[in-house]
This record gives sequence, C-alpha cells and structure tokens, in this order.
Amino acid sequence: MAFNIYDFSNLTHTIHVGLQESFSPFMATTLEWVIVGTAYLLFVALFGLLLVYAERKVCAAFQQRLGPMRVGYWGLLQTIADFIKLLMKELIMPRKADRFLYNLAPFIVIIASFLAIAVIPFAPGLQSLDFDIGIFYLTAVSSVGVIGILLAGWSSNNKYSLIGAMRSGAQILSYELSVSLSLLTMIVFAGSMQFSTIVEQQRGAWFIFSGHVPAIIAFIVFLIAGTAETNRGPFDLAEAESELTAGFHTEYSGIKFAFFFLAEYINLFIISAVATTVFLGGWMPLHFGNLESFNHAMDFIPPIVWFFMKVWVVIFIIMWFKWTFPRLRVDQILTLEWKYLLPINLVNILLMALVVLTKFHF
Amino acid sequence: MKSFIEYIGSIFKGIWTLLIGMKVTGKYFFTPWKNVTQQYPENRDQLVMFERFRGEVIMTHNENNEHLCTGCGICEINCPNGSIEIISKSILTPDGKKKRIIDQHIYHLGMCTFCNLCVKACPTGAIVMGQKFEHAVWDRSLLTKVLNQPGSKIEEGVKE
Repeated sequence: MAFNIYDFSNLTHTIHVGLQESFSPFMATTLEWVIVGTAYLLFVALFGLLLVYAERKVCAAFQQRLGPMRVGYWGLLQTIADFIKLLMKELIMPRKADRFLYNLAPFIVIIASFLAIAVIPFAPGLQSLDFDIGIFYLTAVSSVGVIGILLAGWSSNNKYSLIGAMRSGAQILSYELSVSLSLLTMIVFAGSMQFSTIVEQQRGAWFIFSGHVPAIIAFIVFLIAGTAETNRGPFDLAEAESELTAGFHTEYSGIKFAFFFLAEYINLFIISAVATTVFLGGWMPLHFGNLESFNHAMDFIPPIVWFFMKVWVVIFIIMWFKWTFPRLRVDQILTLEWKYLLPINLVNILLMALVVLTKFHF
Repeated sequence: MKSFIEYIGSIFKGIWTLLIGMKVTGKYFFTPWKNVTQQYPENRDQLVMFERFRGEVIMTHNENNEHLCTGCGICEINCPNGSIEIISKSILTPDGKKKRIIDQHIYHLGMCTFCNLCVKACPTGAIVMGQKFEHAVWDRSLLTKVLNQPGSKIEEGVKE
C-alpha cells in the first residue's frame, strides 16, 4: 500500500481496489460506506472535543484567564471528562412534549452537519463526495439544520425554547442568503461549483489574493454571515443564555444535548473549512508568483497540514468575534443582514463580474 | 445622496469600532503572561493578596502585646449585621479613677460581610482588615474569635 502524505488518492485507490477484489461489488460498496462513515464519525467526535477545549482555552485567554487546568496536562482531558459526564446524565422528557419530534430533532441537526462535511476536500484524494455542484449542495444541506432547531424548539413544549427556535429560524434564513451570495461571488470568479476544481484553480494564488478587492469583501461578508449561521456569538440570540436560558435546547439533556453541542461545533468547522477552501486556497500551499525557493519550501509542508492550519486560523478569528462583541438584538440582526450585508453582496457580485470580464485579476 | 454617503460612512465607522474592540481583546490574548488567574493550591506559598483585599477583621498588637482599642463600642454600633460584640470591664487606674477598658472584642467571622464599616468607624485605628482568606473550619463555634490577645493591654497615650 503506497502511503504518501502529500497525496492520499493512491491510498484510497488501493483500499478501493483491494475491497473490490476480495468482496462482491455490493459488499465492497457497503464496506466502503462503513469505512468512510466511521472515519467521519471518529474525525467529528475527536475534532469536536478538540474544538470545545480550544474554545474554552481561547475564551479564557481573551478574558485574561487560564481556562481548564486541572484534568490532565493543561486541562487536556477536560472535554473528555465533560463528555463522559454528559453520557451518564438522565434523558429527561418534558411533560406534554411531542415525543417523536423531540427525539428526532437532534438527529436532524447532526445529520445536516454530517451531510455538509462530506464535500469538504481535506487533502488531495481525501474528499468523499466531489459533486460538480458542490457549493450548491453544501448550502442546501447546511440549511436543513434549521428544521431540526425549529422542531426542537416546538416539540419541547417550552415557551423559551420556542422563542429561541423562532429567532434562530429567522436568523438562519436571512443569513443563508448572505452566505450563498458571497459564495456566488467566488463562483463567478472561479467559474465552477466543484470543490476540487476550485482548489485546483488556486494553485498559483489563493482566491483572496487573486480576486483582490471583491474577494476580500466577500470573505468578510462570508465570515460575518457564517458566524451568524452557526448561531455563535455575537449572533447567539437563539440560545441567549441570559434571556432564554439556552433557547431551543433548554429541555434537552444527556446525549441529545451533546448532539446539539457537537453539531454547533461541527458547523463552526464547516464554515471555517468552506472559507478555507473557497477563499484561502484549501489545501494548497502558500505560493508567491515567482519566488521559486520560497514556493518549494512551502510545498514541503503536507497539504493536510496546510488545510488544518488555515481552518484553525479562521476558527480563531470566529472565536475572536464571539469573545469580543456583545450580542445583537433581534432587530439589529435583521437590519445588519437586510440593510447592509445583502446590498453590499449584490454590489460585490457586480464588481466581481466586472473584474472577471475585464480580466483585472492575478 | 447625503443619506447614501451617511450609509457608506456608517459601514466604515461600524467596522472601525469593531476593530477597536478586537484590538482590546487581542491585546489580552497575545499577552498571556498578564493573566490574572491564580493557580491557588499550587502557588500557595508565593500567593500575595492585594492590599485592598478584605479577608477578616484583625486587631493589631505591637511587640509589647499592646493594642489601640479603647473599648468604645463604635465598631459594634456600626456593624450592620451584628458581627461584633464588645465586652468591657471597669478597672481602677493607679491614680484611683475608674476606667472602662476592653475585656473581649468578640468577632463573629461567620456573620461578617467584610463591608469595612467597623474599620472606617474606629476612632483609634485599632482594627484593620487582614489578608488571610483560608477560613474553613470544622465547627461553627471556631468562627467566633476574640480579637484582643489574652493579657494584652491598651497602648500608652491613646486618647479616649
């Protein structure tokens, strides 16, 4: 088996061929599903735990604290301990809750996140779905999650949950528009919706450099709208702790609460990964025009390291937003979207179209 | 047109104010050696409390076991929740006068809210706020303390 940290397509191809040879085609496909599914489950669980730990540490540093320090070295095992505690909690069902929908809601939320993560290209050959309408698929499935949130709020039989869910619905529906439009700007520039093509086109220079002004505006808009779509602060009024206790997941406990919690952090990862892929060149190394030696040195770092480095940078920026800005009021959130982000986006698409038409890019 | 310029201006002003906020928190993030967290049980030996920290009411005694308390009872009157009880006694001074002095300055730590009013009210500055904060005990009765040390007497020359 040829394992190459710079290109995983050999590895995946070898596994594929090996399975095809040893099993019937049906069994081989099923086994591949199982392997890919397990890999994603493991990745999501581990990365989720890591993200929660990082969030607590980053938040602490922004507030001049140290964060968790007791469990494990520098509190490294803290999130694992939290997770075990969550697993042991009793699952409470509120009286007169809609039983079926109440149990279904967390799964819808987390399935939407899993569907979205499938199209992210981690490294060459490490991408399970490569549609030619990848970005369209991503925006479509990531908005399915709002159904889960609405169901959770409604079926909990709790007025605060319902208010939180309604706020969340209004917010996600509005900001979905900005996310899609800022991605559309980049689609105009790239001329493709396929993730692998988009990454391949950034071999020379990342889109945020080659697309200059409109790309940077689109990136900022995408970061703002993406933060809003993940229901994170300063747009966390769906679960505004001080007003609505916890919004739509007030009544959830134990593993169901863990699902909502995990889904929130996977969404954070997805938004960062999409920002990385579309604006910051995905797994492409940093290249500058004709600095040959510099480009070669950058090539030496494996693509998967590049990908995660960029993802962490974007995640850090989003965390920086969360721990700096105060929460917006519900009318301010809608004002920001409909009066500012949407017009800016529409003008920006025109600008990008002009840039592409006049070939005024690098 | 004017409103359009205001609209554009408001966008940049908004971004600018957000950047100011991010600069403040960013400064905190990138100067981790200024963190205020104390790793308490580990750094117990090096831990220095702030001067303004109010841990408990103590009565200062000098090396001759003398204090400044006249037993006037102003601290007892000033205490909002009755944490202080003054028990005084009468003695005969050498020149044959009757004088009221402190017998026991009783301080109920369990009732104290560390409001500092007694310290501010004390006319002679006999009581101050101490920095000790490890007050956990196994029995509630241990929280009742007598502040003047046994055998102590008032310092010479303290005005009544």
